[in-house]
Amino acid sequence: MKLREIAHSRTGDKGNISNISVIAYDAKHYPLLLAQVTGARVKAHFAGVVEGEVVRYELPNIAALNFVMTNALGGGVTRSLALDAHGKSLSSALLDLDIEDSNP
Amino acid sequence: MRTIRIGSGAGYSGDRIEPAIELAEKGDIQYLVFECLGERTVALAQQARMKNPDSGYDPLLEERMRAVLPACASKGIKIVTNMGAANPLAAARKTAEIAKSLGLPSLQIAAIVGDDVLDACKDGDLPIMEFDGTIKQFGNRLLSANAYLGAEPMAQALTQGADVVITGRASDPALFLAPMIHAFGWAMDDWNLLGQGTVAGHLLECAGQITGGYFADPGYKDVPDLARLGFPIGEVGENGDLVITKVAGSGGAVTAQTCREQLLYEVHDPRQYIQPDVVADFSQVKVEEIAPDRVRVSGGRGARRTDTLKVSVGYVDSFIGEGQISYAGPGALARGRLALEIVRERLKLTGVAASELRFELIGVDSLHGAQISARANEPYEVRVRVAGRTENLREAIRIGNEVETLYTNGPAAGGGAFKSARDVVAVASVLLPRDLARPQVRFVGS
Repeated sequence: MKLREIAHSRTGDKGNISNISVIAYDAKHYPLLLAQVTGARVKAHFAGVVEGEVVRYELPNIAALNFVMTNALGGGVTRSLALDAHGKSLSSALLDLDIEDSNP
Repeated sequence: MRTIRIGSGAGYSGDRIEPAIELAEKGDIQYLVFECLGERTVALAQQARMKNPDSGYDPLLEERMRAVLPACASKGIKIVTNMGAANPLAAARKTAEIAKSLGLPSLQIAAIVGDDVLDACKDGDLPIMEFDGTIKQFGNRLLSANAYLGAEPMAQALTQGADVVITGRASDPALFLAPMIHAFGWAMDDWNLLGQGTVAGHLLECAGQITGGYFADPGYKDVPDLARLGFPIGEVGENGDLVITKVAGSGGAVTAQTCREQLLYEVHDPRQYIQPDVVADFSQVKVEEIAPDRVRVSGGRGARRTDTLKVSVGYVDSFIGEGQISYAGPGALARGRLALEIVRERLKLTGVAASELRFELIGVDSLHGAQISARANEPYEVRVRVAGRTENLREAIRIGNEVETLYTNGPAAGGGAFKSARDVVAVASVLLPRDLARPQVRFVGS
């Protein structure tokens, strides 16, 4: 299934850094997020878009992950050549990740 | 326990105005906050002020104040806003003039000055946070330097009797923290209370983004009545208890999901959300729906504030030239790709000096790049987009020209060409020792 089936997401920007939250609709799916939505996988997904590191923060209280991606916005919202200079649409790309679930 | 209700009347400078009127008239609020200052807005406003010393504040200040002052004055609602941008004093004088014209001459209007730290920054050779180098390298391209002030001067203005507090650059959550500090007398070293108050301010600062805006995804996350989206209210207790809600009957929804999304919006390490007044810790926050459109948010904490303030530095960065043109129907994608190749070659042949270029097809790969977009099916129509960075306006104009000439020199049936060239005022950040910024409260006569 797609990540979109079990989680929602929002993108924010500060300078040339983008952060994307991934939040389980149901806390029971949080372990799936922890196991499968890794920093390395997110970095690979955004190859060609994100040029820096991807750091993952875990928030078990709200069943959420927060990905912080550096050099992600073409120099930052105030100087980027990109159509979506804020990178606001990036969350939608992340929700397209495939998730394997043996116990739906 | 004492409780105050704070409404959030704008999440950015161009935001809708009626939801703020609705908050003032029907929200049963004591404070109305307008957050209207984006990262680079102060630099642009500073440019305006250099041309006209009475300008440099938010262009919608007059319209917003005229819309909400009558209801706020009759109900005793205090207004806190960063619409002062690069000229809080002029914004305060303008607001006093508007109040007088509305028959409200006794309103007390205060400006917070002192966020402009350009001189202090010029003296030191401060390192830039985003890239290698120091502030000196901007030379005469440096436009502005504004420190993110904390809540204290705004709280002080409220305590001195201000009905309207207008600041320039301040941290967004601090606009909301100020009424809490004023109303409850919170100590400026009660880090946990300031941390929880920062949670409240952070959740409220983008207005509609916590009541269902920037959230809807049909079939997955449905939101009722977005055309009449209600703006949020934070009910804050003197012990930091917090409930997020909105005006009954307005559009949108306040749910645990909308609150969780906004909690992490523009946050990096959730344990260290660095603010001028506190280093807030969001890692233990809990979110709980207690009734329809009522969500309790608890567990925000904090640690001692840092010895520096973040300063947003505006500078003239470069120029951007851009051109677009559309193709539709059978073969649209192939003609769009051909068009991109033609422009790529033309820019080389004619020697346009660009340090960075983007060639993309809107509707195909302009938002997420070629790799992520590769799986999509062929669209009915595409829009070619070429954008480049140059050192001067003349070169920037040449980029759009090379797209426009596709009309008569490019693939068949290109339509709707558009071109633009503009200068880029960018921002970078530096850290300034806290004591070099000296904020002051100034009341203006009505």
